[in-house]
Amino acid sequence: MAQADLSMPPTEVQGGHKHPDKWKWYDYFTFNVDHKVIGIQYLVTSFLFYLVGGFMAVLMRTELATPDSDFLSPELYNAFLTNHGTIMIFLWIVPAAIGGFGNYLIPLMIGARDMAFPKLNALAFWLNPPAGLLLAASFFWGGGAQSGWTSYPPLSEITANLPQTLWCLALVMVGTSSILGSVNFLVTIWKMRVPSMKWDEMPLFCWAMVATSILALFATPVLAAALILLMFDINLGTSFFKPDAGGNVVVYQHLFWFYSHPAVYLMILPIFGIMSEVIPVHARKPIFGYKAIAYSSLTICLVGLFVWVHHMFTSGTAPWMRIFFTISTLIVAVPTGVKIFSWVATLWGGKIRYTTAMLFAVGLLSMFVFGGLSGVTLGAAPFDIHVHDTYYVVGHFHYVLFGGSVFGIYAGVYHWFPKMTGRMLNEPLGKVHFVLTFIGTILTFTPMHQLGMSGMPRRVAMYDPQFTSLNQLVTVGAYVLAVSVIPFYINVIWSWMAGAKAGPNPWNALTMEWTTASPPIIENWEVLPVLTHGPYDYGMDRASEVGPAGEPIEATKV
Amino acid sequence: MQGTVDSTPVVTGHEVAAHEEHQDLRVLGLITFLCSEFLMFAGFFAVFLVFRGSAAEWPPKETEVELLLPAVNTLILVSSSWVINLGTKAIKNNDLAGMRKWFGITVAMGAVFLAGQVYEYMNLGYGLKTNLFSNCFYLTTGFHGLHVFIGLLLIMGVLWRSRRADHYSSLAHTGPEMAEIYWHFVDVVWIVLFSLIYLLTLIK
Repeated sequence: MAQADLSMPPTEVQGGHKHPDKWKWYDYFTFNVDHKVIGIQYLVTSFLFYLVGGFMAVLMRTELATPDSDFLSPELYNAFLTNHGTIMIFLWIVPAAIGGFGNYLIPLMIGARDMAFPKLNALAFWLNPPAGLLLAASFFWGGGAQSGWTSYPPLSEITANLPQTLWCLALVMVGTSSILGSVNFLVTIWKMRVPSMKWDEMPLFCWAMVATSILALFATPVLAAALILLMFDINLGTSFFKPDAGGNVVVYQHLFWFYSHPAVYLMILPIFGIMSEVIPVHARKPIFGYKAIAYSSLTICLVGLFVWVHHMFTSGTAPWMRIFFTISTLIVAVPTGVKIFSWVATLWGGKIRYTTAMLFAVGLLSMFVFGGLSGVTLGAAPFDIHVHDTYYVVGHFHYVLFGGSVFGIYAGVYHWFPKMTGRMLNEPLGKVHFVLTFIGTILTFTPMHQLGMSGMPRRVAMYDPQFTSLNQLVTVGAYVLAVSVIPFYINVIWSWMAGAKAGPNPWNALTMEWTTASPPIIENWEVLPVLTHGPYDYGMDRASEVGPAGEPIEATKV
Repeated sequence: MQGTVDSTPVVTGHEVAAHEEHQDLRVLGLITFLCSEFLMFAGFFAVFLVFRGSAAEWPPKETEVELLLPAVNTLILVSSSWVINLGTKAIKNNDLAGMRKWFGITVAMGAVFLAGQVYEYMNLGYGLKTNLFSNCFYLTTGFHGLHVFIGLLLIMGVLWRSRRADHYSSLAHTGPEMAEIYWHFVDVVWIVLFSLIYLLTLIK
């Protein structure tokens, strides 16, 4: 195991700076270069944006409780719709999953003292709050961007121009942040593992982050190109996307989806990594198919770059394109299935501890299979053309984004909270949170499939009265989801201040981040750890598996 | 998945550079970043090719491009890539004066390139908004020009820092090396851009 050899006398850290053992509270509000501080900065700000985006969703669902537009004006509804999507994707899931967990865990998992480029790392984080401010400002200058999170021209060129430009700028900022972060992750994982750690001894979360970073690196700049062209069109009188002057709106869609399709993998690959960490620890079993999971991440990354046109089956794409992109889309189900079956096989016969982290991981499995299957149906061009731009699509992507990414972020928070803060989260409260979230998710997003099949279009503030009863069910579900975050935020705030002390390794996990104190000292270890066995060797070498006080591992109580 | 047992003391160099940029990794980071940047230009090029493929006449009559000046400009920019390479070779041989000379020449050549581009813009007789071709033309060349400008700032930054004694030597030359890599990147993008926008107009 990757355990620091405690028999060796602690040596002075050669050439290192003299630091205090831990940061003060105000250090978290500064341009701090420590990867742990940056990871927590990412997580906390993204959880704040989660509330903002969720608030917008609740307002929209309130509007949709009745068929008429009687609560929000249609313009405001459109602005909430646009910014709900934008905030949830770019300022909640991506920064939480990639920036938060990636920054916090990667150096700890590979035995490094920090990321390769700490200052760049801090810069990448500090691009996010201003981006959020730009979105907020857009509401005061012209009522917010109103053309949906896709911002397809010509709609994005004829609705409120200034907020649309601010929206583009905000996205360019978070895109830059994600590119800089990816450069950092790749170089760190490539070059800064402890010398004893080979590529195939890395925790699977690191493999997932390699795939995520490659994807972000290649896809994000193309979105930047699209947004720059859009801003030129809006503000400088060019006509790239103006059909009456020879431009072409479908070109925007190609550029946009060349990023935004891979973006769904940006939001789920780190979650796959979290799943691969949480499940073996709480099932006390070596992970099934380590290499299969690692390589399937890379396969998803590669194939994911060649499927974007399935978002454009109704945009006048040529039939050969529909065939090619249907097939390539369906192929993505293969590596994803490999992962799902590997996790199920890991659970099979495991000594499962139903901690809240594990509950969220298992909940994710069921949710993601459901959302994945509806994704396969949508990947097939004939069916996709039938339900295009209906609530079926909304139901599908919320199943994978909420049932997948958000569940995964919760699982990760419950799993690593003891490491980050040194205190345990309250388990009963966590279980209340899980049950509410699980019920809320099913209640909110399942009826959407039925709504879509019967023809309710998405992105509307008013709808035909025949859809009323199902919409009210969805709205009730949305309220349950809104309530579900309350026990979570209470739990986190209360436990952070006064939770039970965690000790360095409360779950008796074997990956390297658990070999240091909780929370880790400023340069992570007094003496860098040495790898003595693989990250998932549960039940193989019990003799060396002892808890923090030297008690045998089986005695662990949760 | 059996782990290895490694009992050697941990001396990795990480400790030395904790919370500092890792010198040896910067070049790698820059190359990774430039791969990403190239994809942004690739997006612009793809847009250009789509419009070229679907237009009846490309470039339209009123927006013919000038060929002589850009060709001379291309020669200057491409050979400056060779000049800056001489500069980093010099510093690797501890020849600081040589590095300063070659880097200085590179700056001059880059500045001539930019001046040539501005001159070209002013004498073309059409602007950004004229038609779809001019949109693409000014956008791609303009963005490339911006990158040339940033490259010039990087090289001048290296020159500024090289005034300090012993700042760069045969052992410490990451800065000049990175400036060189960035400059090559600017060059490669220009070669693609020149072929697409200027040379392809020769083929009807």
